[in-house]
Amino acid sequence: MTETLKITIDNREIAALPGQTILEAADAAGIYIPRLCAHPDLRPIGSCRMCTVIADGRPQAACVKPVSDGMVIENETEELLEHRRNLIDMMFVEGNHFCMFCERSGRCELQAMAYRFGITAPQYPFQFPAKTVDASHPDIMLDHNRCIMCARCVRASQELDGKNVFQSIGRGYTRKIGVNGEKDLGDTDMDVNDRAADVCPVGCIIKKRVGFDVPFGQRKFDHKPIGSEIEEACHV
Amino acid sequence: MPGMKTNHASRDSSNNAGDCCASGVVSAQNENKIKEICREFGNDRSRLMDMVRAIQSAIGYVPPEYYDLIAREAQTHRVEVQSVVSFYAFLSDRKKGTVIIRLCNDIIDRFKGADAVAAAFERELGISFGQTTDDGHFTLEWTACIGMSDQAPAALANDTVLTNLTPEKVPDIIRALRENPDPQSLVTECGDGNNAHELIRAMVNNNICKRDEVLLGEYNPGAGLKNALSKTPEEVIDEMKRSGLRGRGGAGFLAGLKWEFTRNAPGENKFVLCNADEGEPGTFKDRVLLTERADMMFEGMKIAAYAIGAETGIVYLRAEYAYLRPFLEDTLKKRRDAGLMGISVAGKEGFDFDIRIQMGAGAYVCGEESSLISSCEGTRGDPADRPPFPAIAGYKVSPTAVNNVETYCCAARIMDKGPEWFAAIGTEKSAGTKLLSISGDCERPGIYELPFGVKVSELLEMVGAPDAMAVQIGGPSGQMIDCSRFGRAISFEDLPTGGSIIIFGQDRDLLEVVDAFMEFFVDESCGYCVPCRVGNVLLRTRLQQIRDGKGVIEDLEYLTKLGKCTKRMSRCGLGQTSPNPILSTIENFRPVYNALLRRDQTGFQKSFNILHAIEDASELTGRRSVIFHA
Repeated sequence: MTETLKITIDNREIAALPGQTILEAADAAGIYIPRLCAHPDLRPIGSCRMCTVIADGRPQAACVKPVSDGMVIENETEELLEHRRNLIDMMFVEGNHFCMFCERSGRCELQAMAYRFGITAPQYPFQFPAKTVDASHPDIMLDHNRCIMCARCVRASQELDGKNVFQSIGRGYTRKIGVNGEKDLGDTDMDVNDRAADVCPVGCIIKKRVGFDVPFGQRKFDHKPIGSEIEEACHV
Repeated sequence: MPGMKTNHASRDSSNNAGDCCASGVVSAQNENKIKEICREFGNDRSRLMDMVRAIQSAIGYVPPEYYDLIAREAQTHRVEVQSVVSFYAFLSDRKKGTVIIRLCNDIIDRFKGADAVAAAFERELGISFGQTTDDGHFTLEWTACIGMSDQAPAALANDTVLTNLTPEKVPDIIRALRENPDPQSLVTECGDGNNAHELIRAMVNNNICKRDEVLLGEYNPGAGLKNALSKTPEEVIDEMKRSGLRGRGGAGFLAGLKWEFTRNAPGENKFVLCNADEGEPGTFKDRVLLTERADMMFEGMKIAAYAIGAETGIVYLRAEYAYLRPFLEDTLKKRRDAGLMGISVAGKEGFDFDIRIQMGAGAYVCGEESSLISSCEGTRGDPADRPPFPAIAGYKVSPTAVNNVETYCCAARIMDKGPEWFAAIGTEKSAGTKLLSISGDCERPGIYELPFGVKVSELLEMVGAPDAMAVQIGGPSGQMIDCSRFGRAISFEDLPTGGSIIIFGQDRDLLEVVDAFMEFFVDESCGYCVPCRVGNVLLRTRLQQIRDGKGVIEDLEYLTKLGKCTKRMSRCGLGQTSPNPILSTIENFRPVYNALLRRDQTGFQKSFNILHAIEDASELTGRRSVIFHA
């Protein structure tokens, strides 16, 4: 029999398994901790910082921090909610996100996150950076304007596809996702059926000729906010 | 750093005549050179940093047309090669000049006249910073602190350090380099101490102003190691713990405890890493230890290796200190020859230990221990998540003790003189002495070894700065204090510092200082996490608006909230401290901000410029606004 640990999230005691991260334990208990870079099939890397919680008094990314018995976690405090709103705003202004004509609208996790937090316009000034669109691949588009550097594609290619199509290049504010080809995505061994083509939370990796396959209004987040699938499916 | 930006801004010099690879054509000669270099490093992917550094030395840059070849030879992917080359400021994917002049742009250098020196270089060479001369001889670049703040303005000409620059010296420097492109020929007079050693020969001065008994006093080489080897590893760890030695890099974790965790962690191979990547602007004390106390540092590393059971040590040396490398390699060789390293160190059966030097390539974040490990593993210097801590899973996922140069030096002394001797120096919670790098507006900048607990006011008297307006404790990531706080003490429990102390006189524009510090953090952020990547840019932008006279009183709340968010949500120490210049000056120097701000009764944002906002639209439509026009 597996030993069970007890942890507390916002004064609610829940059971957790050794080796679980805070995020996994919270998910299993029906408690939603916002996240953008984390993906259930991929190794967590803690880059978006949306899932930052206060664990035993210290800020920790819930997606990478393992649980320990008796851990006391703050999740929905006023302070953390404000910081998370700030992070969403930062992601909006550092890229060029035009939801009104983005193919991913309604199933974009960044957009859905903004709606969940009641954001209608970012509080920070738009940076309007000059970013590129890579349409060289016959089946896939790469629109860097919408990239939030979550590196899901990097991990999916390595961990699920057994390839190495993507990697971060540069640093700081000009850091971007590079491709393993001489020039652009068309020079790589990326295939439209790769998992890397499916994991993008925003509209950066877009498959050609299948746009608008689901009409607006019938999309994943059009009726229920992001996170409700976790909050509704409580396993306890 | 500006180096990053200028990498991409540099003038395309692909038309240079007489260069076999600048034309973009792959040459067999270069191919063979690259293959040979990669073989030299065992075609080992974890040595990719060394390979691309060596390739750059041989060819002048790392040409993208060889990424596939390098990737094949290093058993990795081309995008991984690009990832590494694009991360480090001192690596370049573009052809640069035979001599790259990197002028230090930190605020101390600027206050000492770096801008006038820069203008002189530009005048003399007919190019701007970020460009290469048409003849391919010279490239001008800005770079972050190179560890010479006590002899500013300073620059690197390739690996050679140029100190105390003035605009008048520049024409002679350029003339000499035109005659002899080896920058080492500029060194006609060497600095003090080992700076004159035949393997260093640098114009750098140690500027040791105050010696105390731990680090810069009399030292009996080998005594600490001998003592350590007469005890069990557990006893050594116990003595280290009893000494109260805390990590000198800044965080102040108990060194003995770190060693104990590393010793007790399961794993066959364990590693001892020495952080010689002091990059905090205004810090240069490790430079002096590396120059004058290299043996002490290696001895400390060996004691650590014996205590934790490690066979391999790595010194991560910042690229700015490449001029010290031949000397350090030679010191290691002499130790090997004397049986102080290698198999059965100092005659101790079963204690095998050797050290290699890993060169950095210009990235402040690599001073963060997990980034440093990433860099030693040959990847970009992104920090890692903790846990697991390096003591459990560090270099090559093995238990690793990472300590600062100064910490290892202290360890060697503790094993010689005993833990009680060490614990009796300093304060109760901060044992020992601290090496301080003092720079800025004072009469005697340089190195001061002082017991912990020394008051800022005492320090200011010692260095000759009776009239200081502000003191930056712990570099940009620390805090700026005003005269009402000069009674506070340098210690982990009051004013902690990794060693950087910068003094600002009464006539300095403090917001210019803050702006320079924020520029530094923006340039040095690795960009991995959102708050650090974006938050620092937003902070700096708003600060600049205030400096431009476009600030409103509400901006202080904006900066405070944004700064706190960046600190709280960032992944590593860089983002967790980068808002400090803004936050600590808002707290301690509020009137400086207030003088630039006023409450705008209209509620409009002063930073919003309607004419600028409609410029693009006017241009596109070819019409000017009826209401808003100049």
